[in-house]
Amino acid sequence: MPRITRDILLILLPVVGAFAIAPAIYSNHLLLFNFIIFMTLAQGINVIYGFTGYLPFGYVGFFGAGAYGFSLTVMHLQAPPLVALAVAAAAALALGLILTPLFRLSGAYFSIANLAAALALLQVVSNPDLESITKGPYGISLSGVFNPTLAYAAALAVLAATLALVIYLRHSHLGMALQAIREDPISASMAGINVVRERIIAWLISAGIAGLAGGVFAWYVSVFYPETVFSVEFTIFATVFTLFGGTATVIGPILGVVILYGIYNAVGISTPQYFQLIYGALIVGLVLFLPNGVVSLLQRRGIYVP
Amino acid sequence: MFTYSLLAGLLFGLYFSLIGLGLNLIFGVMRIVNLAHGDFVMLGAFLAFWLFTLFTINPVAAVPVAFVVLVMVGLPLYYLLVPRLLRARDPEMLSFILFFGLSQVIQAVTTIAFGTSERSIPGDQLGRALATVLSVFAGHKVATGPVHILGQTFPASWVVSGIASGGAVLLIYIYLYQTRLGYLTRAVMDNRDEAIATGIDVHRVSALAFGIGLGLAAVAGVFAPFMLGSITPAMGAEITVTAFAVIVIGSLGNPLGTVLGGIVYGISYMLMQSYFSTWANLLPYVLLIAILLVRPRGLLGRQVRRA
Repeated sequence: MPRITRDILLILLPVVGAFAIAPAIYSNHLLLFNFIIFMTLAQGINVIYGFTGYLPFGYVGFFGAGAYGFSLTVMHLQAPPLVALAVAAAAALALGLILTPLFRLSGAYFSIANLAAALALLQVVSNPDLESITKGPYGISLSGVFNPTLAYAAALAVLAATLALVIYLRHSHLGMALQAIREDPISASMAGINVVRERIIAWLISAGIAGLAGGVFAWYVSVFYPETVFSVEFTIFATVFTLFGGTATVIGPILGVVILYGIYNAVGISTPQYFQLIYGALIVGLVLFLPNGVVSLLQRRGIYVP
Repeated sequence: MFTYSLLAGLLFGLYFSLIGLGLNLIFGVMRIVNLAHGDFVMLGAFLAFWLFTLFTINPVAAVPVAFVVLVMVGLPLYYLLVPRLLRARDPEMLSFILFFGLSQVIQAVTTIAFGTSERSIPGDQLGRALATVLSVFAGHKVATGPVHILGQTFPASWVVSGIASGGAVLLIYIYLYQTRLGYLTRAVMDNRDEAIATGIDVHRVSALAFGIGLGLAAVAGVFAPFMLGSITPAMGAEITVTAFAVIVIGSLGNPLGTVLGGIVYGISYMLMQSYFSTWANLLPYVLLIAILLVRPRGLLGRQVRRA
């Protein structure tokens, strides 16, 4: 059995299946939805950080662009949600294309510039001068298309597509090429890899994933403020989940979301500052003692992790 | 209006230089990104607040206290975190995440200790300190109140913060260029491996730079209630971004470029405030991206980076 088929059968189907039947057993619909969104975003970060080594600190910019792309299409054009979702992805891809010059920067410079870009976008959409277009800081309300069941299904479809893409990257020539670039761009280009093109492909895939996630998020919650969808916490949570699990694997980010977001919901909601304390300490400990994530505990013993 | 914006921008620019200076010193010496920088500024602000509320110590007198306390915090923190971090595969990236975690811990502890309410120090405290100092020099009593420069009127607290920031920058300049330890620090900044090979105790130099970096953040924090508005445990993140904008405009890893960056930032911020106020908040981000793309090394940068 080819590895791709095996991973789809053993990872993608169980995860998507679990989320498909979960609403029937567990009543907190919003919580399940958030799990799906974070799983999607963590995999999106995995595509760009895990496979290329560029840490996008402004990743939430794509999420916000998707949310606003969706909302503005619904508000101004009265378009059906699925059309608006396509616009959400297009908005994120357009933003990704605009930001490609940032790849000229390396390491921390890239992360900082990307963060600045996301914050700049937040300042633009929340500017009171643009109230007639974006509703400025007063937030968006999409009561006309409010339909949590359908939005949940759409989010699940986005998650399935994302997982399929990551499984493909894990086993394909493109994924190998990207990891080669991450380790040593010069040697990779000498081996005949088009460094710039492959990097931009990964970047746009990652942007599109976040855009779709933002679109379904806007659809599901249907009432939100600019600060909600541009909150840097999305980037940070998704990054920490990915790192905790283990980058450049399919299963790492899934584990990260299940464990950490699970803990967050168990203790974080009632006592946020104590949770913040534990969380911060956990991140510090993680970076110092387990920089390659929990899957590295297995990898170190020579066990293959998909 | 124009002169006013220019002068106010200069005062704020000096203050912004101070905000960025500690971050840049740490990046320059260790090549790690202290994402908790703004939270150390916040700690300095709270220290000044408590010294004033409990013992009515004037914020100007709190400056050395804040500096020494945070240097004392910084030294053990360095040995706890940084050497291990520098051994990892990609320290620059991992430092981002590590110090984000630290920033969460600091915010959480401060919130648990002090709650989330906004606090401030009466605005005339810095003016009083200024008047006291001026009275000593002038030999007669000087009244407190706004300060007049070139026909424009500014709050005394802005002037004091600006002058104090300029003084702090000057002291760091003297440290880096006139003392032996500063000489060693610059050697480590220039090339860490060669510094090790020369026999420099890199960890001692770095630990000191780390401590001084945090101390400078705390000093900036003492003036924060006067320059940035009321203080809360969550104020750090925004300050960190501003500090980044300032040091990237100047040049990452070059502490003196920070002064230029701060002044460019301060003046453009004030001009935006005067002429396009609703768009002023956009400025730091756009300036940051534009400068990174046009001159990735910053206005004063010389070294060529791998891109």
